[in-house]
Amino acid sequence: MEKPYYIESFSHVNNGGVSVNGTPAFKTLETDFKSVMKAAYKELGLDYPKFFKMDNLSKLGFLAAEVILKDESEKNIAIVFSNRAASLDTDRGYQDSIKDATQYYPSPSVFVYTLANICMGEISIKHKIHSENCFFVMDEFSPETLSSYASQLMDENKAEKVLCGWVDVDNEKYDAFLYVVAKKGTFVHSDAEINRLYKTTHEQ
Amino acid sequence: MDNVYLSHNNILSSLGFDSFTVIDSIEKGNCGLSVYNDNKVLHVPFCSSRIDPRELQNRYEILGPKTEHTRLEKMMLVSLYDTISKSNVTLDERTGLLISTTKGNIDVLEEESSFPEYRAYLSELGDQIQDFFGFHDKAIIVSNACVSGILTIAVAKRLIRQGRYDRIFVVAGDLVTQFILSGFNAFQALSLESCRPYCNSRTGINIGEVAASVLVTKNPSELAPESVQIMGEASCNDANHISGPSRTGEGLYRCIENAVLQSGMEKNDIDYISGHGTATMFNDEMESIAFDRAGLSRTPVNSLKSYFGHTLGASGLLESIIGMHSLHRNTLFASLGFKELGVSRPMNIITETTKKDINVFLKTASGFGGSNTAVIFKKV
Repeated sequence: MEKPYYIESFSHVNNGGVSVNGTPAFKTLETDFKSVMKAAYKELGLDYPKFFKMDNLSKLGFLAAEVILKDESEKNIAIVFSNRAASLDTDRGYQDSIKDATQYYPSPSVFVYTLANICMGEISIKHKIHSENCFFVMDEFSPETLSSYASQLMDENKAEKVLCGWVDVDNEKYDAFLYVVAKKGTFVHSDAEINRLYKTTHEQ
Repeated sequence: MDNVYLSHNNILSSLGFDSFTVIDSIEKGNCGLSVYNDNKVLHVPFCSSRIDPRELQNRYEILGPKTEHTRLEKMMLVSLYDTISKSNVTLDERTGLLISTTKGNIDVLEEESSFPEYRAYLSELGDQIQDFFGFHDKAIIVSNACVSGILTIAVAKRLIRQGRYDRIFVVAGDLVTQFILSGFNAFQALSLESCRPYCNSRTGINIGEVAASVLVTKNPSELAPESVQIMGEASCNDANHISGPSRTGEGLYRCIENAVLQSGMEKNDIDYISGHGTATMFNDEMESIAFDRAGLSRTPVNSLKSYFGHTLGASGLLESIIGMHSLHRNTLFASLGFKELGVSRPMNIITETTKKDINVFLKTASGFGGSNTAVIFKKV
C-alpha cells in the first residue's frame, strides 16, 4: 500500500560552508553570518539582488534551496520546512525598534520578516513555485513529522516533489539542511536515512 | 482511506468562553470588537477584541496549575481543557497535540515581562501544553502566518491519514501585543472602527485575540453533534510578493480548485463560504477575484473578522468552528457592518443572519509570505 519515495538531492549550509549531496561547494573562514552569506552569494555566482533585502532566515533558506533547485525544471514542488527559533532572530531586532516610546521606529520591511514562513515565500517567488507550504517548529531537527507530511503530499498527488528540511538562525548560530523528496532518487526516504544525511557534514 | 472529522470544540473570546455561548452571541448579532485605550500595547487608541483577563484568570485557576503560565498558555489551556473534557478520550500514544500560532509568547520579549526570554521559543509553549495535560508525544507546532489555523486542520488530517495518530487535539491562539499592533500600524492598515470586510466604506483591519481548540478524529464514535467531515483541502503559494496578495488571486484560486477536486464534490454543492475578509483594500479585492475565477461569485459569503477582527494564527480554526455550528444550526451569519460592495467582482455577501438549509461550506485564508489555504467541510 505504502509507496516508496526517495531523496533526490540534499544541501547543507553551516560552519561557513555550503555543500551539495555531501560535496563541498563553498567554504569561507568568515564567521559572522552576514559575511558568510555575502561571500557565498559571490562565490556561488548568484544573481538575485533581492537577496540582500532578506532577513537572515530567508537568506539561509534561499541559499540552501538555490544550490539544489538551480537546474530544477519541475514546478509542482511543495515546501515543508522546520526549525527551532521560528523568526525569533528577526523578532528580537523588531522588538528593540519599538521598546522606547521616544525612539519608536517600527519598520514595515522588518515586520514582514517576523514570520518564519516568509522564507518559503521567497523561495517560491524565485523559482515560481505555486505549491503547498508548511512551516513546523520543534526543539531540534527530527524527521518524523516532515517525512509523514511529505509522504502524504506525494500520496495525495498534491506535489511531484517536496523540498523539506531544517533552516534555523538564532543569534549568529545558523544551520540549514534541505533535501528533495521525489519518486526516484539515490536514497530511500526513511527517517533513519534522513537523519544520516543530516549528520553528514556535522560530523566532519 | 479514513474519513477525518472535526468534533468537540471550544472558542475562548470576547464573546464568551465556550463555543455555544459564542455562537449564541453571534446569532444575536453581537460584535466582540470595541475601542481600547491601552498605552502598553499601542500609543494611540485601537479597535480590537480581547479576552477578559479576570475571567481568564478565574477559569485558569480552577484547572489547578502547578507551574506559572504565560497569558497565551492560560488561554490555550482553558480552551483545550474544555475540548478534552467534552471529548472523553484517553491521551494515549494514538492521540496527538497540534498547536497553531504565528507569534506564540512574543510578549515575553517586552522589558516588563516577568517571564524569561527563552519562553518565546515555540517548543517551550508546546512543552507547557503537553506537560499540563500529559500528552504522550511532544506538540507538533505549525507557524505559517495567517493561514496557520486552517492549515493546521489540513495537517491534522494528513497526519491521521498517514497513520501517525488516530486523533489529534488542535489548539490555536495568538495575542494582541505591542509587537503585532505596532507592525500593522506601521503598515497603516489598522482601522479605529469595527472592520467592514468587502464593504466600499472599509477603513482597514482590526487585530483581535482568541484561543480555539478542536478534536480532529477518524473515529465516528468520537463525534460531537456539531461535527463536520473534512472533504478536501489544499494550500498554494502566490509566488508573487511576500507582503501583498496576488493581484490575480492566483494562489487562492488554485487552492480552491484543488480542494474541490479532492472533495469529489461540485462547486454548486458549496452552500456557504467563510472568507478571509480582513477588510484591507488589497486582501478583499484579491478574494473577490479568486472567488469569481472559481465560479463562486453567487455563493453566500461572510467574513467573521467583523465579529473578532483578525485573530492571526487562531483565525482559521476559529472561523472553521463557527462554520461547523453554522451548518448544524442551518444559519448563515451576517457579515457585520457590510453596506455596499467595495470590490471589483460580484460577491453575494450575507447581510442578515438568516435560516437556510446548508450542508457544505468552504473556508479560505490567505497570509503574508503568499500563503493561501482552502478547506471544504460537510455536515455529518
